[in-house]
Amino acid sequence: MNTGIFELLGNALSGTLLDILPIILVLGFFQIAAIRKVIPHLKQKLVGLILVVLGLGIFIVGLEQCVFPIGTQMAHQLTDLLFLAGNDSAKAEALKNSTNIAPGVYLWTYIFAFLIGFSTTLAEPALIAVAYKAHDITTGAISAWGLRISVALGVAGGVTLGVYRIVTGSPLHYYIVTGYALLLIQTWFAPKQIIPLAYDSGGVTTSTVTVPLIAALGIGLASNVPGRSPLIDGFGLIAFASLFPMFTVMAYAMITEKRTKRKEIDELS
Amino acid sequence: MDVFPIIVVIVFFQLVIIQKPFPELGQTLFGIVLVVIGLFIFILGLESALFPIGEKMANEFALKGNLWWIIFFGFALGFSTTIAEPALTVIASKAGNLAAGAGAIANDKEAVASFVLGLRFTVAFSVGLAIAIGVVRIFKGWPLIWFIMGGYGLIVITTFFAPKEIIGIAYDSGGITTSTITVPLVTALGVGLATSIRGRNPMLDGFGLIALASLSPIVFVLGYGIFIYGVGGI
Repeated sequence: MNTGIFELLGNALSGTLLDILPIILVLGFFQIAAIRKVIPHLKQKLVGLILVVLGLGIFIVGLEQCVFPIGTQMAHQLTDLLFLAGNDSAKAEALKNSTNIAPGVYLWTYIFAFLIGFSTTLAEPALIAVAYKAHDITTGAISAWGLRISVALGVAGGVTLGVYRIVTGSPLHYYIVTGYALLLIQTWFAPKQIIPLAYDSGGVTTSTVTVPLIAALGIGLASNVPGRSPLIDGFGLIAFASLFPMFTVMAYAMITEKRTKRKEIDELS
Repeated sequence: MDVFPIIVVIVFFQLVIIQKPFPELGQTLFGIVLVVIGLFIFILGLESALFPIGEKMANEFALKGNLWWIIFFGFALGFSTTIAEPALTVIASKAGNLAAGAGAIANDKEAVASFVLGLRFTVAFSVGLAIAIGVVRIFKGWPLIWFIMGGYGLIVITTFFAPKEIIGIAYDSGGITTSTITVPLVTALGVGLATSIRGRNPMLDGFGLIALASLSPIVFVLGYGIFIYGVGGI
């Protein structure tokens, strides 16, 4: 196994060198052509670049060897017919022969999807930074914790609905297009300052570790649930995870706005 | 840090709900070590080299105020950071293997590699384009919501012509691309621009580049699907 890993690592390193090359070229070109100054602490920066290539290579091997397989294995185990039937082999046999499995049978898969979405988002460093920034800019009207919890609930709810969609096999674009329409309506009523933050929160909060794990979960589910194709039904969970935080963040802002208004009225009277 | 909750949830499910030993425990543990160490070294390198250079450059361009240079820089920055995104690399190759496995493209190494590279270039190009457009938007002070609505409109129209094999990947690509490398550098450019141009509010105008960068890959990957698989109907 070890030689395999080292060979993979070698391939990944040469691959990441190529992946990083465009950034180096872009920064180098603009530094020379437009800014025309020598980069300060050049030696330290070069060491940093080597670290980027090395770290990215190791990380990608880890993603491919560990994060993806874990997602797929969890999907396999949670949709295993014997597990679904509660270790009752007669029931499992009945499930195997039934052409249409009720979506409710996959209850534990929904719970798993919800917990993964909620916990990873709550711990996401990028979101913590953004939440404190939003707290400062709005002078405390938006609390950092409130924002983090609403984004986490959005991601969790989104992934759960996405899993339900994979189980039922209904077309992805119905959900997403409906989501867009609702989002535009909600934008109309939401406080103005929150809108850019809400729209960004969808893309920002799904980190490099969470995204492959959730993608693997979806692909694993679609290859296990009878009648689903991994290519057609397996993708889409990340789209749900990016869409739903926009709803919850705007909803959170609307609720806090209403509350502060009510407080002001109470204080006046 | 962000790996910890994943481990907790998975261990809980494996032991309490599924009640079976971990399959391939050794390889998984080794993989977790690789992920944690790799991510640590990667971020250390980003913070000591790429981020300071990129952020400083973004600020200087914002101060210079030459629109054409900024547009060019925005495109180049969006393109190059997206090519390097690890999540995109891993998921694009998975998508290529799945497409080959399902018989949607030829099942040999070369066809898969060219599909994967095409996918990554499409996403990178569309992110670059989105940043370039977003930079012009900040310059002119046009409201973000027009672009979002226009983007949604384009997505809905393109979806009608797209084959169903690409729709899932396309909708996911928006969320995949805006990640570890792209977000800090692009946000620095946006906030720098909005701060240095008079009459712009960093909160209202600075954010929003990421929102555009998550929309345009969807349209272009749908287009890529039409190009590869032909027009599909719904």
